[in-house]
This record gives sequence, structure tokens and C-alpha cells, in this order.
Amino acid sequence: MSDPRELYQQVILEHNKKPRNFGKLEPCTHHAEGHNPLCGDQLELTLVVENGVVQDVKFQGNGCAIDVASASLMTQAVKGRPVAEAEAMAEQFRGMVRGDLDPATQTPLLGKLVLFRGVKDLPSRVKCAVLPWATLHAALKGEAEASTE
Amino acid sequence: MTTTLQPLDVAAIRKDFPLLSRTLNGKPVIYLDSAVSGQMPLAVIERMSHYEREEHTNVHRGVSTLSQEATDRFEEAREKVRAFLGAASAREIVWTRGATEALNLVAQSFGRMVVQAGDEILLSAMEHHANIVPWQMLAQEKGATIKVIPMNDAGELILESLDELITERTRILGVTHVSNVLGTVNPVKEIIARAHARGVSVVVDGAQAVPHLAVDVRDLDADFYAFSGHKLSGPTGIGALYGKLAHLEAMPPWQGGGSMIRSVSWEKTTYMPAPAKFEAGTPPIAAAIGLGAALDYVQALGLDRIAAHEHELLAYATGRMAAIPGLRILGNAKDKASVLSFVVEGIHPHDLGSILDSEGVVVRAGHHCAQPVMTRFHVPATTRASFAYFNTREEVDILVSAVLKAIELFK
Repeated sequence: MSDPRELYQQVILEHNKKPRNFGKLEPCTHHAEGHNPLCGDQLELTLVVENGVVQDVKFQGNGCAIDVASASLMTQAVKGRPVAEAEAMAEQFRGMVRGDLDPATQTPLLGKLVLFRGVKDLPSRVKCAVLPWATLHAALKGEAEASTE
Repeated sequence: MTTTLQPLDVAAIRKDFPLLSRTLNGKPVIYLDSAVSGQMPLAVIERMSHYEREEHTNVHRGVSTLSQEATDRFEEAREKVRAFLGAASAREIVWTRGATEALNLVAQSFGRMVVQAGDEILLSAMEHHANIVPWQMLAQEKGATIKVIPMNDAGELILESLDELITERTRILGVTHVSNVLGTVNPVKEIIARAHARGVSVVVDGAQAVPHLAVDVRDLDADFYAFSGHKLSGPTGIGALYGKLAHLEAMPPWQGGGSMIRSVSWEKTTYMPAPAKFEAGTPPIAAAIGLGAALDYVQALGLDRIAAHEHELLAYATGRMAAIPGLRILGNAKDKASVLSFVVEGIHPHDLGSILDSEGVVVRAGHHCAQPVMTRFHVPATTRASFAYFNTREEVDILVSAVLKAIELFK
């Protein structure tokens, strides 16, 4: 990454400053905590899932801009989606930031989330972008904790 | 007679470090991360290469001339460590993988011997995890308690409380000589004297101290002093533990195997005297010899000249960084080594680290294996620049520009 602007685009910076769906749903049907032991990023995700659809989702925690913006954009992207589709998005997101899937053709569900494609050039930051999605996956599976390790 | 220190010829020194002429993300590399790992000069790289090409075998094995030569070089390196630390005898120098293993050795051998249920281990609030976790493991095993010497907002230990914190149950005091996060140089000589007055043994983590200041373990009267080769212009995988001979002789071995035994039978095994007793298995021979070469290198430059250069750079960097709006420096002790930790309002240290990286500036962003220090200062992480004898003011200027660029981006 010769120019940090390739990754730190306005959308990411703006979501970092004003994260959407920030907070905690009480009551909720699904809940998980995500933790990146390497850097200490922490994230708590609460969801309300009804009839197989993510009706509502919120997150809270501390992390870097990549982590916070990824969580914020993720909550927007999965709200109102069927659980199976949210899981498929998680798979595509993970594939994209790890460089296994080409955002031009192989991640049709991601929409504007492809703006995280630059993360693949920063191996040390892949876990930051993936943490919210790993936490979502854990919550939907009924697991209490997700870790990027 | 007073002599004026001849300044280091930094331009010439930089030619000894091949890595400094590479680029990173298309920019010249600015290596401000010597507290993570120091760069090795060519003299060290070539000495290790020579060993592997011309001298490689095992040590303390058999009668071959080759093995005797390797053993001699290996033991000469131990003697260099002895001289470097001012120890009385090379028998007081135990090779380890690094400071972490050295501290674990003390906890597992000396600690197990002297700590019983209900006893206390006193640690400073600014320890690296390497001088916390081994003691927690021991405390859990023995039913002992860990107590902490607090620090003030400047990052200096509050020693007024030391005499109350040491009780009749205190067995060991562990303290870092220089904080890896805050740069604080702790008054270990005073701490040791006060601990000894109460019969408490002191373990000093010297990993961040030895690259910056001359250490004399006998003047400090330290019971144990641990350091890593790779922070000191040497290779990874090698470090040393200094221990007073009386302690080392009384301590049981902590790992068993070849080299550490006098004789083995099914009925009774006897051990070698220290330091061999603590050195089971084949050691990293090239690394030990490389560390010896690194000690030669820094001593030829002169530790006093290195310290003078680094202090000047630290003062310059502190002045420039402190002038950046929204930037807060963590660690403002009166006596500091060349470590500069900071946080910038509104920018997470990992984002800052990535942006600096894109500018070719190598720093550490994270919790620095010192999470209790992060908690103490209410930050999740910091960005840390650390300066060595090969760094320049121009590199500090590039760091400052890169930080300003990040602030502009995140505005």
C-alpha cells in the first residue's frame, strides 16, 4: 500500500467517526463477543433474528478504524437479510480480504463492502476487517465468542 | 581528567546495516523500531555466517579439534557477556533463548525454591508480560500472592510505598531496568538496596536497558539480570541470565537433558555445576558467537557515545512530537531511554501504524506486551518509536511528517 488513501477511503473514515447501529440490543436472540488477541480489539454483537431473518443488529466495542468501519458497514449490510444470506456475505467478505475471491466477479453479495478490498494488501490488518464478520458468524452459530486467532 | 565525547559517525555506522538502505512501500526505510528488535551490523551477520561455513559442529562434545574450537568460541562469547555486565565470573552467565526464557528460568528454579504458600512476589507496575506471567504461574502453583509497586502519571515508580509493600512474606522483587513502553529508567540500584535490607532477592529485566546504558551487575548488586541478544544488535534466539553464583549453585536444574549432567544412571543422576546445569541440550551456538560479536561492535562504538547520541535524538523527537496538536506522549519520566510512546486523538494506534508503514516508517503499534501499562494509562494501545545509534534527526523529521499526514487524513 503506497498510498494509505487506497484503504482509508472517506466511507471508512466516516463510519469510524460515526458508527451506525452502535450499541446493544436488549433483549436479543443472538449474542457474541469478538476479540483480536494480537491487538486487543474487542467487539460485542447483539442480534434479533426472527423467522430466519436478521431483524436488527447492533455492535459496540473498541478497535481501529478498519475494525469499527467494518462492523458499522456490516450491520447496515445484514440488517433485514435472511441468516443464510448474511452467512454467505461473511464468507465472501473473508474471501475478498484474504485475496482468495476477486471482488470484480466473485463477491456479488457484498455491494459497497468491496471498498475493503484494499485490506488484502495489508496482511497485518486482515484480522481487523474480519473480526466483525467472524463475530457475526459465531453469534449466528450460537457461540459466545469469536477470535481471529 | 575530563574528556569530551566524540560524536558517533552515524553516516559511516549506517553503512554497516544493509537493511537501512532498502525501501519499504517504495520509500526509504526509516527504522524506528529497535525496541522491538535491533538491527544487526554486518560484523555480526558475517561472524555467524563464518561459523556456519567454517566452524559448525556441536559444543562440549568429544575430542575433535573442530568441537574444541567451537567450544572455545562459544565460551569466549560467554566471557564477553560477563565483561559486558561486569559479572565476577563467567560461571554466573547462563545462556538462554532470550530475556523471557531467563526470567522463566528464575521463576521455575529459584522461585520454586524460595516461594511457599502465603508468600508474596512484588512486581513493578511497568513490567513486560515476560516479567509478570512466569510469576503468576509460580504464584498459582504455590498459593503465593503478587503485589504491585504503583507508578505515577509520568511513568515513574512510586517508591515511597516500597517499604510498606515489602512485608515479611515478600520473597522476590521483579523490576524492569528500562520500561519498554514508557522508556523510564528505574533506579534499580536503590530498589535493590532497599529490598536487600529486608532480605528480598531482586530479579531485573534488562532487555531494554542493555542497548542504551552501561550495566554493572555488581555495582547494582542484582541477584539476577536478564537480557536478550536481539535488542542489542545481536541475533534472535539467544540471551543471557546473570545470577549470583551462590544462587545458581543452590538452585535446582529446570530442564533436563544432555550437557547439564555429570553422570546418569537409573539409580542416580548428578548434575554439572552452574552454568552448565541450566543449559540442557544443544545451544544456539552461532547465535551466541554472534551476540559476542554484537557486544564487540557496540563496545567499539562506546556505550557512552551511544547513550549521548540517543539522548540527543530523544530530546529532539520529544520536542517535535509534543508540538503536534492532539498528540500525547506516554512516559515523561525524568530519566528516560530512547523510547517514545504516543497516542493521537481520534486515530487508533493500529491505523496510525499502517499509515506510518505506508510512508516507510517502521514503528510498533500495539500493547507492547505490557497490557497492565495500557490499562494504567487508559489506552488500548500506543504507537512507539524507538531510537538507536544509527538513527538521525532527518528520520525523526520524516516520522513527524508522517504523523501529520495521518492526522490530515483522519481529520
